Amino acid sequence: MKLRRLKAIAVKEVLQIWRDPRSLMIALLLPFTQMFLLGYGVNLDLKHLPVCTFDREGSQLSQDLFKHFQASQYFTIARNVQSYSQVVAAIDNADCSIAIVVPPDFSERLNDSGTASVQAIIDATDDNTANIAFGYAAAVVNGFSNDVQVSWIDRQGRPLQQVQPMVVQSRVWFNEDLESRNFIIPGLVAAIMALVGAQLTSLTISREWERGTMELLISTPVRPSELMIGKLIPYLVLGWLDAAFCLAIAALWFGVPYRGTLFALFVTTSLFLFVVLSIGYLLSVLIRSQVGASQIALLATMLPTMLLSGYIFPIDQMPPVIRDITYLIYARYYVTIVKDLFLKGSSIVELATPILFLIVYATAVMVLAAHAFRKRLD
Amino acid sequence: MNAREPGEPQIIAEELIKRFGTFVAVDHVNFRIGRGEIMGFLGPNGAGKSTIIRILCGLLRPSAGRALVAGIDVAADPERVRERIGYMSQKFSLYRDLNVEENLRFFGGIYRVPHNELADRMRFAIDMAGLRGREKALVSTLAGGWQQRLALGCAVLHRPPILFLDEPTSGVEPASRRRFWDLIHTLAADGVSVLVSTHYMDEAEYCHRAALINQGRLIAVGSPEELKHTALGGELLLLEGDSLGPTLAALTDAPGVLDCSVFGNALHVLVRDAARSLTELPALLEQKGLRPTRVEPIRASLEDVFVQLIAIDMAQRRQAA
Repeated sequence: MKLRRLKAIAVKEVLQIWRDPRSLMIALLLPFTQMFLLGYGVNLDLKHLPVCTFDREGSQLSQDLFKHFQASQYFTIARNVQSYSQVVAAIDNADCSIAIVVPPDFSERLNDSGTASVQAIIDATDDNTANIAFGYAAAVVNGFSNDVQVSWIDRQGRPLQQVQPMVVQSRVWFNEDLESRNFIIPGLVAAIMALVGAQLTSLTISREWERGTMELLISTPVRPSELMIGKLIPYLVLGWLDAAFCLAIAALWFGVPYRGTLFALFVTTSLFLFVVLSIGYLLSVLIRSQVGASQIALLATMLPTMLLSGYIFPIDQMPPVIRDITYLIYARYYVTIVKDLFLKGSSIVELATPILFLIVYATAVMVLAAHAFRKRLD
Repeated sequence: MNAREPGEPQIIAEELIKRFGTFVAVDHVNFRIGRGEIMGFLGPNGAGKSTIIRILCGLLRPSAGRALVAGIDVAADPERVRERIGYMSQKFSLYRDLNVEENLRFFGGIYRVPHNELADRMRFAIDMAGLRGREKALVSTLAGGWQQRLALGCAVLHRPPILFLDEPTSGVEPASRRRFWDLIHTLAADGVSVLVSTHYMDEAEYCHRAALINQGRLIAVGSPEELKHTALGGELLLLEGDSLGPTLAALTDAPGVLDCSVFGNALHVLVRDAARSLTELPALLEQKGLRPTRVEPIRASLEDVFVQLIAIDMAQRRQAA
């Protein structure tokens, strides 16, 4: 490999990027906008679920129950209705995702037998939300029944004695607030870089074929490896700008705590950029049309990255076969790395395994791309 | 021209064949090009000129046969060949979004022209292309003739002993074409071997030797003079008259007539002996009631020769088929 040729190619590539301000703007703005769109769009926390109440009793007790719902951060009472048909309408129109119905004999049964039930009607079109909503509702009702019990004991005139045989004292690590955003945003950075990185380089070889400059280029003594490295260097810089944007937005705008070292971030991000840029380059080598290469790059990176990288869906909860497949998804290693760097503040040594995988991946793809490039027309 | 030496030929093609599927693009082609020699490839579009050049540049692998450039087998070691050649592809292939200087500097880097020589060589290329004062102009803004001369400048920046120019003058205005050929001659005078293709028949006159290519085969090779005198294998008569159709039919089987073809509003008749046919043919036509207004020997232009040769070649192919 000759440095002189590397330099010539890199300089030429920089000039071409510079002379095409539209593509440059897209390359710089795309991650920016995606970061904001997806950063706000993806939120797995269920808060302030709209509740529809149907109080068939209208007693002090029933109103107390609803106050418990209102006080919880998970629910907001959106509607008070007077009939079942109105309950159905509220759920059908998706005005409310859960309805709580208090029976007419609620207080009476509670006083007589010491136990009463309320009805929860849940919109389960999204089963995940439904499960969580049900859990929260049960917790609210439990809390309310505790209060009722305590006041009942109180009224019996017995000395108040907390009966709590066992309690769990939990401490949450790394994401203390249990904010899903803290867990999603670092992964989002990885996902966006996987998409944008492959896009950046997917045009670089196909453009030369389409513009007819490739025929002359391959008649020169330039080596495939020189061409590849020379072309990747400017995009590495561009990719770094994009990554810096995304990481800064994650830490400064979304306030995700960053606990790792900048050095570790630099090393791992560079490594990841090498992987994604050379994937885009490989596609560009294999597919000689710009449109084709960029479409394939999008298809080949988007779905696997979104679904299988562990960015949203935890890998250890996937079926074993799918879990094995995720080892091929290069984004998963960087998702792991970025999450750990942000939330755990892991060191490079602790991240050795995903880093090693990325090194293997980068080497394999680059060797493949250099070999796939043929200095021939047939 | 004094740089032309016999010695070892710089380019050798031996029984070169290139097939694309069942289509034979290059069919048993043989030729040699010496040092400082300008060899022209002429022929209609799709004749196989570009394919042969691409094989010699190592861009296409020959299906059979051997190509030696600068004494190196192209198929075996294309990279060593590429260091010794300059190439202008048929389609313009410099970077249009780079300026004149940036293109030259890029190719200077690719060919690793020594740093201390690069400035001189770039100045030489810019002067040669007549682009002084336009060094910072984007290539896309240059007219066709300038673009082609710059492409030539890029191709010779590393002083290759061998140049492949694929239709360098196509789409270039006549005055610029003339100037381009002057440049080629200057380079050849310095000992550069040049293989240049063109579909302008008149440009064959600028070559030391020209090869006529039709449907993948070399159907004639020689200096322009040789081609004009001997390639036809006979002499040409021009014949004008009213009823060309019947005249053509009458002449086709006439004794001494080798070939006959319509050329504008006249007939070109290829005969074994012009003097004899000049007296025989009018008499023969007279018998059939045909009176040509004019019959006279003509000196064939290269274009006549090529049209004639291609017509003969086509006829032979049809017969063979």
